[in-house]
Amino acid sequence: MRSIARTVRQPASFIPPLIFPTMLLLVNSGGLASATKLKGFPTDSFLAFALAVPFIQGALFSTMNAGTDLARDIQTGFLNRLALTPLRGSALLAGTLGGVIVLGQVQAAFYVVVGLVSGVDFHAGVLGILVLFAFAAVVSLGFGALGSFMALRTGSGEAIQGLFPLLFVFLFISSMNMPRNLMEIGWFKAAASANPISYLLECVRSLIITGWDGQALALGFGVGVAIAVVAIGLAAVALKERLART
Amino acid sequence: MRLWQVAEGVAWRTLKNIFTNPSLLFPSLIFPLFFFAAFAGGLSRVSKVPGFDFPSGYTAFQFVFVLLQSAAFGGVFTGFGIARDFESGFARRLLLASPNRSGIVLGYALAAAGRWLFTALVLTIAAIAAGMNVGGGAVDLFGLYALALLVNLSGILWAGGVAMRLRTMQAGPVMQMPVFLTLFFAPVYVPLGLLKGWISAIATVNPVTRLLETGRGLLAGSPPHVLLAYGLGVGLAAGFLAWAMRGLRSAEAAG
Repeated sequence: MRSIARTVRQPASFIPPLIFPTMLLLVNSGGLASATKLKGFPTDSFLAFALAVPFIQGALFSTMNAGTDLARDIQTGFLNRLALTPLRGSALLAGTLGGVIVLGQVQAAFYVVVGLVSGVDFHAGVLGILVLFAFAAVVSLGFGALGSFMALRTGSGEAIQGLFPLLFVFLFISSMNMPRNLMEIGWFKAAASANPISYLLECVRSLIITGWDGQALALGFGVGVAIAVVAIGLAAVALKERLART
Repeated sequence: MRLWQVAEGVAWRTLKNIFTNPSLLFPSLIFPLFFFAAFAGGLSRVSKVPGFDFPSGYTAFQFVFVLLQSAAFGGVFTGFGIARDFESGFARRLLLASPNRSGIVLGYALAAAGRWLFTALVLTIAAIAAGMNVGGGAVDLFGLYALALLVNLSGILWAGGVAMRLRTMQAGPVMQMPVFLTLFFAPVYVPLGLLKGWISAIATVNPVTRLLETGRGLLAGSPPHVLLAYGLGVGLAAGFLAWAMRGLRSAEAAG
């Protein structure tokens, strides 16, 4: 509840994750609309193609939010005081991540509305939109846990902010603006194929422009769950160490 | 004379801070390189869109955008430093100690130019290594970098004006968001003729569009509307100079 309340009370925590990805979506979908004329491009609407991006970009903001909030708790000594109570570490982590997941659901709802208002036809229908919300929860959980891990390791909000460009590199070196099969430059295609963000994007994109694509869904959910499991494991170990030190 | 001494001192200190602090140097160096890699590498297929007619290829097409973007953000990042100087109290001491305070603005502008020239050098080497085609001659290339320098000057004067008015690092988004949006509301990915709808309408009246088109033309060796582009560049710089000087007066008044 504290994590959610803190997010709601700070417009700077939830407005940029909604507005900035939407602006980038509008700019890119306007500027790259003619790319849909390329032979083999999977849809005639670049907006529909690019709508997957804000879902994942919003999740990257979750990393920052969760990490910055937890780092602030460490810097202000709040975590030290919590360590004196009978509160279990897993409950603390679950609480922090709960707030991130709620924010992720709000973001997903916002982007679905942006898509519907802009005339995007969700090919997987209403059920697909529900799957999209489930996927948003998995991805928010994963990236939120990653942010928590970084915060627990560094204990510094500034260090978390400094990692932001790195997360953006992952987003840009992916199939964000072009399907992988249409990429011409070999090294970029290889980097995008090795980048897990590509599979997260393609999972969301498949629900919007293809319908039900089992392979894209399996890869997307598989990568999302793997990130979540690894990140939660790392965060749990880091929390244990952090609490032991206090 | 005093103007130049103050400017030299401020520029030297700012450049020393930037070049001895990796956390200040690398973002302004890495961001353009990675935008260049993402756009020129990931979107090269866009050059096959019917109607795409830039003769030097997509790498060169994107290089000019990233060069101008790096110039603008080289100025904005230097503006962050001005805000930091106000937050730390250094700027107040600087205002007290300077016999000619206009030299402070000039010093920051010189530092922004020095910082950007280093970024431009690295970016140019990366672009040439990536096989960029250059159709223009030495005069054209000089013109391209001079145009970018005007953009850099506009960027620092805009961001400096904001920093001197608000005097806090929290003004960062106010400095960079308008610059980011103005740059991206230009024909970034395809020529203006291929843009459709609302973005085409905005790009047509966006002054950055003319700078971009002339810059791309200079690189290809056939620059369109050169006088208009330089006129816009000088006009923007002059307008933001007035903005920065009024910001300086605001900082002086705040004490």
